[in-house]
Amino acid sequence: MSIPAELRYTAEHEWVAIAGETATIGITDYAAQALGDVVYVSLPTVGTTVTAGDPCGEVESYKSVSELYCPVDGEVTEVNEELDDDPGLINAEPYGLGWMFRVRLTSGGADTPGLLSPTEYEELSKSTS
Amino acid sequence: MEPRDTPLRAVHERLGATMTEFAGWLMPLRYGSETAEHHAVRNDAALFDLSHMGEIAVTGPGAGAALDYAVCGWPSALAVGRAGYTMLCAPDGGVLDDLIIYRQSADDFLVVANAANTAVVLAELRERCGGAEVTDLSTTVGLISIQGPNAPGRLSPITVLMPPADDLAGMRYYSGAYGTVAGRQAWVARTGYTGEDGFEIFCAVSDCEPVWDALAGAGAGGGTDVGTGAGLAAAGLSVRDTLRLEAGMPLYGSELGPDITPYEAGLGRVVRLDKPGDFVGRAALAERAAAGPRRTLVGLVMKSRRVPRHGYPVVSGAVTDVVGSVVVGGVVVGGVVVGGVVVGGVVVGTVTSGGPSPSVGAPIAMAYVAADAATGPLSIDVRGSVEPALVTELPFYDRRKRR
Repeated sequence: MSIPAELRYTAEHEWVAIAGETATIGITDYAAQALGDVVYVSLPTVGTTVTAGDPCGEVESYKSVSELYCPVDGEVTEVNEELDDDPGLINAEPYGLGWMFRVRLTSGGADTPGLLSPTEYEELSKSTS
Repeated sequence: MEPRDTPLRAVHERLGATMTEFAGWLMPLRYGSETAEHHAVRNDAALFDLSHMGEIAVTGPGAGAALDYAVCGWPSALAVGRAGYTMLCAPDGGVLDDLIIYRQSADDFLVVANAANTAVVLAELRERCGGAEVTDLSTTVGLISIQGPNAPGRLSPITVLMPPADDLAGMRYYSGAYGTVAGRQAWVARTGYTGEDGFEIFCAVSDCEPVWDALAGAGAGGGTDVGTGAGLAAAGLSVRDTLRLEAGMPLYGSELGPDITPYEAGLGRVVRLDKPGDFVGRAALAERAAAGPRRTLVGLVMKSRRVPRHGYPVVSGAVTDVVGSVVVGGVVVGGVVVGGVVVGGVVVGTVTSGGPSPSVGAPIAMAYVAADAATGPLSIDVRGSVEPALVTELPFYDRRKRR
């Protein structure tokens, strides 16, 4: 199970990459493995204002449907349209081609409450597995 | 209570399976990619551990007659070596389990029950089968299934059938024979739950691992002329469900249950009202047969990518109808409220099984709908979003019609 050191994480098994004012968001390797093959993903619409902790989409696998939560405050600027045709990218490259959406940060950024360091996330995923 | 381990637990762990609790057993849910496992069964062959299934022997000179009374099929009419799909019904006609019964010899029948229902089936058979011996073999017999178009070629090189059985290739669908697989004694049957050709291998619990290993490796070291020469894939419960759903096969607890008769499930043909003598449920089932079903099992193919799942409401009308619903001060005019969601049509049924379908290329579902609404148009309420579906004849997938 891979947990890249340069990312932030959430207790909902999502990752956040913050570069300047932009946050890129996806689900972790752990989440992708726990779900099995992702078959459909519903993402927030570009232009939507999102609030940290609020549900903003869904991830469907063979056996389950899981809510996607927005880990930061901001405005959705881009969604990964490749996932529409190939949701399996989420399993193949959860931290790469399987990214889900981007948010222009309005507050908080890396200091948003609830974001976890790689070490904290590793402990959390160990305790839940 | 701790779930029970199958005799193949160590194999699954070695293969890195994701395990899940199912009907009191710890079972492999998937080994890797579900889509890959699904296609392996459709295009090559794959192995399933089905050791959780219940095996019950009904034996003795009175066994055939006893089973004729116990189930709604006609087991005594099976020729030796043949199998029948049947159901154990309650006196009111409701289904207590669906079963496969193999006639292993004139006086020996093997009844295979769903894991979750094995205790009920055993108790009912013990009560109903006077004049026959009923023995629970579930803890001593394991079950390995090999399913897929290459199953005969994979299994044949390591299988020897006992006379009068022919070779495996000559075995008819829904037949079985005693023999050996990888040198271990087994009952080998051409049955399955995937819509593909395939075999089910019943063997002693202690023989499961060597039989599995021999099958998994078949082709790896030469000796067969099929496939790519690579080892055989394993497939888990997750794709067992998508495969049987595509094949339109019912699952107990979804399409079948104590409040459903075989007629609603579109399986009236399994009720042998033409057999002589009484059987449990006969009067109620005869009444049902005459009345016709009030609800019908339909196949639905989604027009969107949203996945319908067990329990979702089926709504009459296409989605365009929904736009027409008007809400005035919280009161719906021209529509109804479904779980807090306003839709244009009325709820006419419920999804019993649904999931992605790698073979169809769109999500699919089976659903019970009111008989007069079964021709559609129909939509499915996917967590508040009404998604249109196409009513389709079952099965969704038929290997005989494959291009």
